[in-house]
Amino acid sequence: MSFMPYVPPEQLMKDRSDYAHKGIARGKSVVGLEYHDGLLFIAENPSATLHKISEIYDRIAFAGVGKYSEFEELRIGGVRLADVRGYSYDREDVKAKDLANAYSQTMSTIFTQQMKPYEVEILVGEVGEEPGGNEIYHVLFDGSINDEHDFVAIGGHAEDLTEAMKGSYEQGWDLPTAVQRAVAALSSAEDRQIEAESVEAGVLDRTRKQRRKFRRLSDTEIAGILSS
Amino acid sequence: MNRGPEPPIGDRPIGINPSFVEHLRAVVPERTAPPAGPSGEVAVPHGTTVVGLKFGGGVVMAGDRRATEGFSIADDKMEKVFPADEYSAIAIAGAAGQAVEIVKLFQLELEHYEKITGDRLSLEGKANRLAQMIRQNFPLALQGLVVVPLFGGFDERRGGGRLFYYDATGGRWEEEDYHATGSGGRPAKSSLKKRWRPGLSRDEGIRVAVEALIDASQEDVATGGPDPSRGIFPVVQIITADGVDRASDEEVRAAYEAVVGEGAR
Repeated sequence: MSFMPYVPPEQLMKDRSDYAHKGIARGKSVVGLEYHDGLLFIAENPSATLHKISEIYDRIAFAGVGKYSEFEELRIGGVRLADVRGYSYDREDVKAKDLANAYSQTMSTIFTQQMKPYEVEILVGEVGEEPGGNEIYHVLFDGSINDEHDFVAIGGHAEDLTEAMKGSYEQGWDLPTAVQRAVAALSSAEDRQIEAESVEAGVLDRTRKQRRKFRRLSDTEIAGILSS
Repeated sequence: MNRGPEPPIGDRPIGINPSFVEHLRAVVPERTAPPAGPSGEVAVPHGTTVVGLKFGGGVVMAGDRRATEGFSIADDKMEKVFPADEYSAIAIAGAAGQAVEIVKLFQLELEHYEKITGDRLSLEGKANRLAQMIRQNFPLALQGLVVVPLFGGFDERRGGGRLFYYDATGGRWEEEDYHATGSGGRPAKSSLKKRWRPGLSRDEGIRVAVEALIDASQEDVATGGPDPSRGIFPVVQIITADGVDRASDEEVRAAYEAVVGEGAR
């Protein structure tokens, strides 16, 4: 029979938080930003198939940084939640806010009740009918949740990236400008040039006529934008 | 996302199940179709005739607009041909409520798979999944709630259109040329037999499909013909390498006028 030595809750939470911070700091970053036609999510990702940015629902996208297996599990949970809700009620009743709250609850529970907290941060974005109607939620490993405007950076170099974006961000960018400036900010935060082939980008584009507004930018499209 | 205690890895299958229907049944069983109850026929609206045919660029799928309940017309504007995803469409004859539910679940099934795995299902995979869903409906089919779909799509890997038809038990067959099902399926098929040839153009494909539905409406009381005075025309979906495209009412009206004009000569 083993028994646990007493650890003050402050210490326990601090240790877990430090652990999660360290895990996230080792990984790459993601920027989410509002541009003229909707929301752009962009990241450096050497893998072409293991995505950091993906579609959740018609107007909702997901981006995660940190440990892939953990944010992938959250992404799948989100897709299931959204699809069940859309089936049970109606497609327009699926909202990023509800999803972000569900993530917040789950991550908070994991942070306080499991041995190891998740080493992830995620973004949940929803494109509005009008430019003013976009929503971006940022959920941290301990379940804390913020709603963001204009742009938000998460991951290993979030602070440098936020500084770089603060210097250049303007509302109403078109897509090529938004991609170029965001890649410039990612490069300056990493202190090296990020090549087009390792850029992953996805948009929620309100001008798409399809019901599903999410679109992944292809490698050729990104290379074309960055070389112009 | 309820996270109960998880059994050790050896006791559970690895990987994520990309099926929406199975997930739905696991988390909210009460929202899926109930198992068959005591036997007996239920009077519900039935959708009638749908046709599908291959043409040069892919597949044309079309359906009349009538739903009947016994000897009454339940609906004169019902739609029975739907896009299943970007590259396939499903046309349904049979118990209307049941059919629409199967279509909705099938659409979600394909979208869910695509989102979870990041890949679209192969056309063969979609056709097989639909067969399983029809088979699950078999207990209800025994009570008269039969659903028999046609499924057509553009096979991106083989680079051509393909057409599948089903029976109430979930039997699945691939059709090389054309097929029709529903109460007016037989006259529609004889019409297709005379008019269809390989390598039709898009316009010819629409015309042959519309003519088959007109012929069916003249032989079968439950099939509704086009009604230009009320602006009611068949729903025609065309599936090509560019995706699913619904023919506009003007296009279908032109096809109808061409067919009727020919008959009057």
